[in-house]
Amino acid sequence: MERIPILRMGRLLLVTIQVDMHDRLAMTLQDDLTERIVRDRARGVLIDISALDVVDSFIGRMISNTASMARVLDARTVVVGMQPAVAITLVELGLTLDGVRTALNVERGVKLLESEIE
Amino acid sequence: MVDEQPLLTQPLQTDEDVVRLRKLVRDHLVRLGFSLVEQTKMVTAASELARNTLRYGGGGEARVDELHTGSKRGLRMVFADQGPGIADLNLALTDGYTTGGGLGLGLSGAKRLADEFDIDTAPGAGTRVSIIKWKLF
Repeated sequence: MERIPILRMGRLLLVTIQVDMHDRLAMTLQDDLTERIVRDRARGVLIDISALDVVDSFIGRMISNTASMARVLDARTVVVGMQPAVAITLVELGLTLDGVRTALNVERGVKLLESEIE
Repeated sequence: MVDEQPLLTQPLQTDEDVVRLRKLVRDHLVRLGFSLVEQTKMVTAASELARNTLRYGGGGEARVDELHTGSKRGLRMVFADQGPGIADLNLALTDGYTTGGGLGLGLSGAKRLADEFDIDTAPGAGTRVSIIKWKLF
C-alpha cells in the first residue's frame, strides 16, 4: 500500500509530502503519524507541504486533525512551505486551519519546534 | 453566443480518479493561460466537487469543456452522479453543513472558487454541478 514516509530527527518527526494526495493516503498518514508520535516519544511534528500544489478541504482537515491529535499526545505540529496560491485558495475555500502553527520553511519550522520543546 | 469544445470525460469511481482529474484539469488551465492562483482555485474546486460525486453520489463522472465567447474563454466542469440527490439545497450550500462527517465546505467552497456555479438536483434524481472559470483575452 502507498504510504508517505515519516523520518525521525531527535525528538522530531519529519514528513515531506511529495505525492499528489488523495483521501485514503491522507487518512493513512494521519494514523501513521499519531502512532509514530507515541512509539518514538516524539515531541514535535513537522509537515512539509511545499510540493503540494493543491490543498483541499479534506487534506486541510487531515492537517488540522493531526495537529489536534499530536497536541493531546504532548507533541507540537508545524506546517511549513505552503505555496502562496494554496494559501490564497484555502482562505477563499473557508478553511482556517485553526490551531495549526505554520512556518515559511523547514529550517524555521525546526527552530520553532525546538524552542517550544523546553 | 458561446462556442463549446469538449475536452475530456473522466469517470469518478475511486480516489485515484480524483487525482487524475485534478492533473488533467490543471494541464488544460495552463494551456488556456490561467494564472497560478486561478489554476489552484479551479483545481481545488474540481477536487471538492469530484469528492462529492464520489462520496455522496456513489460515483459518476466529470466532463470538462472549453468555452469561447467574443471577448473571453473559459473552462467549464460538470460533475454528474445518479445518487440520492440533495433534498435541501440551501442547507447543503451553507458553510459547515455536512451529512458525511466532512467540514461542509465542498459545495459552498467550490461556489466561491469559481466564477459561475450551477446545480441541478432533486431527491432520487441525482446531482449535476457545473462551474466555470473565465479568462478575458
